[in-house]
Amino acid sequence: MTSFLSGQTIDPQAVAARVGGADHGAVVLFVGTVRDRHNGRAVRGLTYSAYEPMAELVAAHIVRDACSQWPALVAVEHRVGALAVGDVAIVVAVSAEHRGAAFAACEWLVDAIKARVPIWKRERYADGQEAWVDPTSFSAETPA
Amino acid sequence: MNRFSVRLFARYAELFATDQLDVELPAPTTVGAMISALRARPGGSALPTTLLVAVNLRQATEQTVITPADEIALLPPMAGG
Repeated sequence: MTSFLSGQTIDPQAVAARVGGADHGAVVLFVGTVRDRHNGRAVRGLTYSAYEPMAELVAAHIVRDACSQWPALVAVEHRVGALAVGDVAIVVAVSAEHRGAAFAACEWLVDAIKARVPIWKRERYADGQEAWVDPTSFSAETPA
Repeated sequence: MNRFSVRLFARYAELFATDQLDVELPAPTTVGAMISALRARPGGSALPTTLLVAVNLRQATEQTVITPADEIALLPPMAGG
């Protein structure tokens, strides 16, 4: 089985190629990339770190959950390591017989991965400061 | 007393200036007792009120019973995607 975490550049088309089939008329591909700003601050890049064995386990559970809710094929990959603005951070590919299930499953998967997989993000700002991103607070943590 | 190892990640590893802390507690004990011991350590007062803890790669509660053989991890708020 392909691992969920990747230390290398993710090719969205390669992830999409792992889903689909003659009876699947819809492929939805979500590509999350590194933005150049966060809460009004200019971002130069970021570093993802993970609790790797738990991240793989939780991601596999999430994929199984999605496949039990929708008749779909799913492939997901998430980067770890240092990324620059514009780099691919996450790819979720879903195929299904019709688009409704593929869109719904893809959105659910992205939300579940963000909420439940133990991955952390440290942003590097244009002013030279860095901070861990805490999505549960309204702004980034106090810069270290 | 028994030694429990706690893995730390991201901001919590910075708070304690290490990615693994050993905590001495009578075994078996609970996640809640382990958290109380961590809060008393240097850096521990900066931990948030609500903490996410994994035991053997699965999310635990404060009532989860732990032994020194368990893999215990303190998880900051997740920020993937």
